[in-house]
Amino acid sequence: MTAVLDPVVPVVRSGMRRSFVVSAVLVAAIVVLGVVALGIGAIYVAPLDVVRTLLGNGSRITNYAVLDLRLPRVLIAVVVGAALGMSGAVFQSLSRNPLGSPDIIGFNYGAATGGLLVIMVIGGSPGAVSAGALVGGLVTALLVYLLAWQRGVLGIRLVLTGIGISAILQAVNFYLIVNAGVADVARATVWLTGSLNNLGWTQLWPAAIALVVLVPALLFGVRWLEMLEMGDEVAQGLGVPVERARMYLLFTGAAACAVATAAAGPIAFVALVAPQLAKRLTRSYGAGLLPAAWMGALLVLAADFTTQRIGGTLPVGVATGALGGVYLAWLLWKRP
Amino acid sequence: MPSRGTGLVLVLVALGFVMLLSLAVGARSIPFSTVLDVLASRDGSDSAFVVWELRIPRTLIGVAVGAALGVAGALMQALTNNPLADPGLLGVNAGASAAAALSISVLGLTDLRAFVWFAFLGAALAGTVLYVIAGRSGASPVRLALAGAAVTAALTGFTQAVVLLDQNALDQMRFWTVGALERANMGTLTDVTPFLVVGLVLAFLLARPLNVLALGEEVGRSLGANLGRTQLLTLIAVTLLAGAATAAVGPLVFVGLVVPHMVRAITGPDQRWVVAYCAVLAPALLLLADVLGRVMAREEIDVGVVTALLGGPVFLLLLRRDKAVRA
Repeated sequence: MTAVLDPVVPVVRSGMRRSFVVSAVLVAAIVVLGVVALGIGAIYVAPLDVVRTLLGNGSRITNYAVLDLRLPRVLIAVVVGAALGMSGAVFQSLSRNPLGSPDIIGFNYGAATGGLLVIMVIGGSPGAVSAGALVGGLVTALLVYLLAWQRGVLGIRLVLTGIGISAILQAVNFYLIVNAGVADVARATVWLTGSLNNLGWTQLWPAAIALVVLVPALLFGVRWLEMLEMGDEVAQGLGVPVERARMYLLFTGAAACAVATAAAGPIAFVALVAPQLAKRLTRSYGAGLLPAAWMGALLVLAADFTTQRIGGTLPVGVATGALGGVYLAWLLWKRP
Repeated sequence: MPSRGTGLVLVLVALGFVMLLSLAVGARSIPFSTVLDVLASRDGSDSAFVVWELRIPRTLIGVAVGAALGVAGALMQALTNNPLADPGLLGVNAGASAAAALSISVLGLTDLRAFVWFAFLGAALAGTVLYVIAGRSGASPVRLALAGAAVTAALTGFTQAVVLLDQNALDQMRFWTVGALERANMGTLTDVTPFLVVGLVLAFLLARPLNVLALGEEVGRSLGANLGRTQLLTLIAVTLLAGAATAAVGPLVFVGLVVPHMVRAITGPDQRWVVAYCAVLAPALLLLADVLGRVMAREEIDVGVVTALLGGPVFLLLLRRDKAVRA
């Protein structure tokens, strides 16, 4: 057995090294962009002063601008982007289709439905709303899984079922927002198009903690994911409990997506684009969870930075949507 | 089993009944007898006002839009030989909606007769993009549906952005996200009717060529069918029908998907009958959905929400039956 596997090892090693380098470059880019984003705004802070402030040596004004106003937003962008990137990597690998990402198959809309229901029925605190979004995302995942189940779940059927569910959920969300009169339109629109406006430390902590729990859970599932990509029968032969593994991955992936949606609403296309871009950079065939996470974080951060510069209160989902649309057109054109 | 002709008469009767229902039911319910009285003589009573000024335009626009979307769906399914094709699901309506919303927001257009052209442009672009994608890959139903969903997602996001940028207009423009019949009036109807008529006539003329096409490209060619012309004209008809319908009431999903399937179960694959039935059954079902939306909750539910709620499950059911996606 080892003899058969041996030739593969160097390839895997070089792939891992490349993926490590890509991750490092992406993290560096995130840090640089983060420092720039922390400095720019109504109160300008020079990059070096930003670093000084972050290290605890800031003046009152820079403390206020950098730490109180901008840092939570930047960190939320990173957390949300990372969660979406990983979620997308898991689902694209599961469905063996780049279009099988949570934004196309409706999990983020399900999470939005959950959040909206809590706002309207219970009128709950931000924490309760986040919990509602989490439950909404997971219930949607379960529903899609059960409806797509037909002597096992086939990737393509999972995607198409998700599309149907997603259309229904978008209609439901729309109804909830318009007819039930969510008083604050700005707050309601977050649930239509993801946005980082008006978010602070209170939204960051739950998302960050959830991500800390989810990352090991997702990494634990990666070994299954890579074997499932080779086909159900091969995976079964390698000792993977196929349906159970799929269920586990589906739920952890959906949870990651729901965490992001709970914090910032359904931000479109990051989950679709991030894993694809990461995969092109690392040139690896696996799920590439961590590079996808960094790529997602960088994308959301960059998109939010751009929309803030262009439109002020324009939701970040607009920029990711435009970006994703262009990428999508290219993807569809390119694939035979 | 009754012949297809008798069946069509039955469906027409059903449409007439649903139209009456649509005139009677709403926030203010009017008994059938009163509706008939008021229809016969416009007597200046409150009921007459409600029926003539509010419900007749709404009902007629529902009929027009329903027929357009049902027939557009039948055309798309025949053209792409794809059971999952629907102008709503494949992004044609979303394209029309995005272009119309953009023209309203950027160019400040307010007249339907002006922005309907942008709706056509958007519908044509979305339709062409999809057709090119499908054409390149041998038009697998699954692939087309995937591409359509992706295009829809992108365009819907775009429309929402346009609407959101104009916070004050959020309420007036919300129907660009989910379709609604209630804001339509007689002006809307007269504005879009010419386009719909042309589209419907085209659809009937295309029935025979599409029947030939259904035999396969090679057989069709050997029978003398002009493949390219048929495809182009079908795309034009779909653009006219879906574009005008969307300009009038916003993007509606699933109407064009579900109705042709129901119809083919009755008529078989002959496109001439499919189009005729779709033109009658689709409006009946759309109006029924609208009526349901009026009575389901205290506040009215937009018809776009109802069609998604009713049509979504049918789509899921079709998926379970479709061989292409079965394990």
